[in-house]
Amino acid sequence: MSSKAEQVSPTAIKTGITHQMTGNEAIARGAWEAGVKVAAAYPGTPSTEIMENMAHYPVGDVHAQWSTNEKVALDVAIGASFAGVRAISMMKHVGLNVASDALMSQSYIGVHGGLVIIVCDDPGIHSSQNEQDTRLFGRFAQVPVLEPSDAQEALDFTKAAFDISERFDTPVIVRSTTRISHTRSSVLVSERITPEDKPFNAEVSKNVMVPGHARVRHPMVIDRLERLAEELETSDLNRVEMGSSKLGIITSSMSYVYVKENLPEVSVLKLGLSFPLPKKLIQDFCAKHDRVIVVEELEPVIENEIKTWGLKVEGKEFFPRTGELSPEQVRISFEQAGVLEPEADALGPQFEPLIRPPVLCAGCPHAMSYTAIRSLDVRVAGDIGCYTLAVGDPLTAIDTTVAMGSSIANATGMYLAGSEKKPIVATIGDSTFIHSGIPPLIDAVYNQANITVILLDNHITAMTGGQENPGTGKTLRGEQTHQVNFEEMIRACGVEWIERVDSYDAGSMLHTMREAIAYRGVSVLIADRPCVLDPVKIKGPAMTVDPKDCNACQGCMNLGCPALIWSDEWFEGRHIVKIDPSACIGCSVCAQFCPTGAIQPTVNLGQTAAKAKPCGGGV
Amino acid sequence: MTNAIKLNPEKMKEPINVLIVGVGGQGVIMVSKVLAQICQNLGYQVKQSEVHGMAKRGGVVFSHVRFGAEVWSPTIPMGKADVLIALEWAEGLRWMSYLRPGSGIFIADTKRIVPPFACRSRVLGADIGYSKNTPDDVREKVAEAFAIDATEMATKAGNERAANTLLLGALSTTLTIPDKAWKEVITQMVPPKTVEVNLKVFDQGQKWIKGSRKGEPVEGAAFVPLVQPEENAVRTHLEITAEWCKGCDICVKMCPERCLVLNKDQVAELAEPEKCTGCHICEWLCPDFAISLNPIQQEAAE
Repeated sequence: MSSKAEQVSPTAIKTGITHQMTGNEAIARGAWEAGVKVAAAYPGTPSTEIMENMAHYPVGDVHAQWSTNEKVALDVAIGASFAGVRAISMMKHVGLNVASDALMSQSYIGVHGGLVIIVCDDPGIHSSQNEQDTRLFGRFAQVPVLEPSDAQEALDFTKAAFDISERFDTPVIVRSTTRISHTRSSVLVSERITPEDKPFNAEVSKNVMVPGHARVRHPMVIDRLERLAEELETSDLNRVEMGSSKLGIITSSMSYVYVKENLPEVSVLKLGLSFPLPKKLIQDFCAKHDRVIVVEELEPVIENEIKTWGLKVEGKEFFPRTGELSPEQVRISFEQAGVLEPEADALGPQFEPLIRPPVLCAGCPHAMSYTAIRSLDVRVAGDIGCYTLAVGDPLTAIDTTVAMGSSIANATGMYLAGSEKKPIVATIGDSTFIHSGIPPLIDAVYNQANITVILLDNHITAMTGGQENPGTGKTLRGEQTHQVNFEEMIRACGVEWIERVDSYDAGSMLHTMREAIAYRGVSVLIADRPCVLDPVKIKGPAMTVDPKDCNACQGCMNLGCPALIWSDEWFEGRHIVKIDPSACIGCSVCAQFCPTGAIQPTVNLGQTAAKAKPCGGGV
Repeated sequence: MTNAIKLNPEKMKEPINVLIVGVGGQGVIMVSKVLAQICQNLGYQVKQSEVHGMAKRGGVVFSHVRFGAEVWSPTIPMGKADVLIALEWAEGLRWMSYLRPGSGIFIADTKRIVPPFACRSRVLGADIGYSKNTPDDVREKVAEAFAIDATEMATKAGNERAANTLLLGALSTTLTIPDKAWKEVITQMVPPKTVEVNLKVFDQGQKWIKGSRKGEPVEGAAFVPLVQPEENAVRTHLEITAEWCKGCDICVKMCPERCLVLNKDQVAELAEPEKCTGCHICEWLCPDFAISLNPIQQEAAE
């Protein structure tokens, strides 16, 4: 059973009744209902589906686009706000680091059309490089932060964020988390409102942040926050659910539902607006309860601020500061706090879990690229994408990974340090290269580094599920547009050694890579093959292992291809390999490595004369 | 004895919890969407939670479905799952601790998706790194356990991808939801061309559990044992005749375990003998016959 391909137009769904929606779908719906005209984002788990859903709304209602990176996306939204329409930008938590330069100044400038930034945190690091807490960023930038706790609130708070943004002349952050973004729950939808377009606001002292203007704006930002805290003190974004006066819980976001799961009757102050905090409401709540515990995921943001007011609250002494909360973790913490008694016989039976790390897909072109890299004994500065999976067994071909676009400059630094004797290679995907790989490439040429950059061009933004980017020549809505010519662009950066090689051609990959490394200066090798999943799922006729010819050397197994597994047969104490025909896409890379020619296209089996000759090796 | 959970949204103080697990690409999310839709249609509050991201890349996929009069957490607390549906055998075992002790029902496809990681060991005669537990091990420890070869049955019915619907049929026997409600939503949600086969395997899944509960012999209950470790592996010793080696580097480049190097005299050397698996590749490829692999007699080895 697989799902139907066609999508029902989201504007056709009925208002006034509930629908099952993920948090991300609800945020997109909320933005559309709020009358958003411009939406810009760069994909990043868990935020990606918000923009993918935006694209289902009519072109006439909203311009929705993938931008080259999060800062560009936020700047596009800021531009639309300057022009007087409601605008939104969505990103994952680390995306806000990239966009933060624009955010910090825009906080001073404020908004003309409402401006909302959706930031999806990833507590528990399901698919990220860290688990930073965006609520701290809200405080840093002095902009309000709303925290929904389910899909309905994701929709409602997104709409409320636009009202707050325009009413208080401020960008607003709505902070989701992986669990909210990817949880489906009931949502009541309504019609779209269409705010009047405002004429451009040509107020230079507000819009141009030169020192003279910024000095005037800074105190206004502080005033704005005080006003916001005061006026939203009684807003229904925050609510008190009174229970016994013995214990009160202050919480927000997903932590709220975990608290309710464990203590359905407890007194709760649920904060929808977690910055600025409603001081009086919190003071009253604390005064009414003998004991107050703050339950929040990640950093003690709310707890620490309350403590600065001289109020006695508890929190992180029981609740972890790292990782995702869960109903069971909250239960354990309440047990430690003496609020709940330990449960007897709480768990089902336990079996030793199978180790199943995520792997590169069967036929993934990156597997071949990294197999070649691994054979060259080089230092490898990696980057962010599916290909980061090459850090694990059996490819083990990445030495460092920091953040989006870090690879090339990291490689430059390794070279300039002068201490590393091995050749230095940077590996970066096409979308990541466009995101933030171009300035470091110019920098490497400019500073005369001797490095090799391997641009893993799989023609898509793959890790986040296959989004278009300027390298694909298609927009978010699938329309044709200008396609970046990587060779021209790289040449314009000053790189003189550029080669494009088919990633599936093992021999060419190996010798071209050797040439690239031998070249003195910056060389760029473009490893070229489309992703096997997106935009089209590639499936060719499977290869087959002839068990009579396989000497079980395990050379092919070093590719880490999930279609290659051990058969039930043995050869001299080693496992003969077999290929799962439903998984194999027929890329033939394993066959190129098979020293005995045992791996053949299925059609060749039994026709010895027609067998392809082995041409690769173990590397 | 029917083990169906009695449903009454008004009285359901605690939600019903169904955990669906498997591997990327198996249709875990689809199963949970169908269940969530049915429960929504029946007027329950429903929450369904999953984590994407790494899922597409052969990783672990799970989806929590909770429904009742009021649902708070979208994830099922450990030890509170009423039913665990596994589309892959080892994934079912992984999530067992989520089952409610004493009453949780386990329904699993016996299909194995062996990850590359399970085939990593290069030790002679090594075991496959896949879960060794059998359905009998599970039956000892839970209220009810059903191990169905759903993928095989679905393949026979005409569509391997319908295995998840077969498990939905099995699930339907544990919840008091009318058949009509299941079939309506399945018909709505699957591609039109596959409605027939999906409804057929749904019935098969239902029948399988009912038959199994009555103790009738059921098709698709066979559990294929894993490959056994090889006890008669021949250990070998690699010898390089330095005088014959001209340092061409072929063996070094071609060794699957990368255990050979050229030493400072440009002569091939077995740098990491413990990594050598005795695969003969270097021996066969050496143009100068400088490498030979010789079996070690068992007595000598010990």
